Amino acid sequence: MAAMKKSFLLICRRAPYGQALAREALDVALTAATFDQQVALLFMGDGVLQLLKAQQPAAIAQKALDKQLAALPLYDVETIYVEADALQTLGLALSDLVLPAQPLSAAAIAEQIAAHDIVLGF
Amino acid sequence: MSAGAAKTAGFAKPANSPVSLTFALLVLGGVGSQSQISALNFTRAALGAGHRVLRVFFFSEGVMAGSAQNVPAPDTDAIAAQWSALAAAHQIDLVVCATSAVRRGVLDSGEANRYDRAITLQNGFEISGLGQWVEACLLADRTLTFG
Repeated sequence: MAAMKKSFLLICRRAPYGQALAREALDVALTAATFDQQVALLFMGDGVLQLLKAQQPAAIAQKALDKQLAALPLYDVETIYVEADALQTLGLALSDLVLPAQPLSAAAIAEQIAAHDIVLGF
Repeated sequence: MSAGAAKTAGFAKPANSPVSLTFALLVLGGVGSQSQISALNFTRAALGAGHRVLRVFFFSEGVMAGSAQNVPAPDTDAIAAQWSALAAAHQIDLVVCATSAVRRGVLDSGEANRYDRAITLQNGFEISGLGQWVEACLLADRTLTFG
C-alpha cells in the first residue's frame, strides 16, 4: 500500500455548520494527505461558504473550520477549486475566501471529476 | 450524490463477462436516510453481478448503521443486522469511523472501556480510523459515496 498513489478529489457541497459533514470531509482530506496521496478539494454550491473569511461560529456553539482549512497547505493539500457559478450566486469574490482557490466553470468541473482516480462527495 | 448508482436494474453483468471489479463504499447518511438502503441495495446488486465489495466505510451519520441498539419498525430488518449478514456471507469489511462513532455512542469493547460506557457496536462491524477508508480507496477499482 505504501507505494500506491492515487489522485483524490473531495467535493464539498454542504454549508459549514448545521451538521458535521464539512469538518468530517476535511478530516478525510488530511488523512489521505497523511497517506501521501494527491488530494484536491472542490467546493460547490453552499459548500463555498466553508471558505468564507471571518467566520464566528462560537455564537452558535460551533468551532470554526479555519484551523483545519489552514492545516491543508501544511499537508501539501494546495489544490483548492471553487465552483465559479456558486461564487457568483452567493455574491462572493475570491478575495473573500481564506485560501487561494481556483474558480472552475461547470465544464472545467466535469474535466476535473474525470481526471481524478477517486471522487468523494460530502 | 450517488444514490442513482444504487439502482439494481441495469447493473447485471453481461453473460460471460470477464470483468469483475472491486468496490469500496463510503456511507454518510444515518439510519433514516435512503443512503443506507441504497448502499445495501448496491452491494447486493454488485455481488449478484459477480463483483466484490471489499470494504464499506461508515462515516459521519453513517456510523449509526453499526449500532446494535436501533429497534427497527415492525416488519423491517435492522440495517445493522442486514449488513452483518451480508458481510458474513461475502467477506466484506464493515468499518465504522472511530471518531464519528464515539461522538454518536457507537462503541466497541475497547472504546466502551475507555469511556466507561456500554458496548453498542453490532457484531460483524469493527471500529477503526479513517486510514482504513484511504486504504480501501487504494485497493479498490471503484469507490462510491452514498451521501
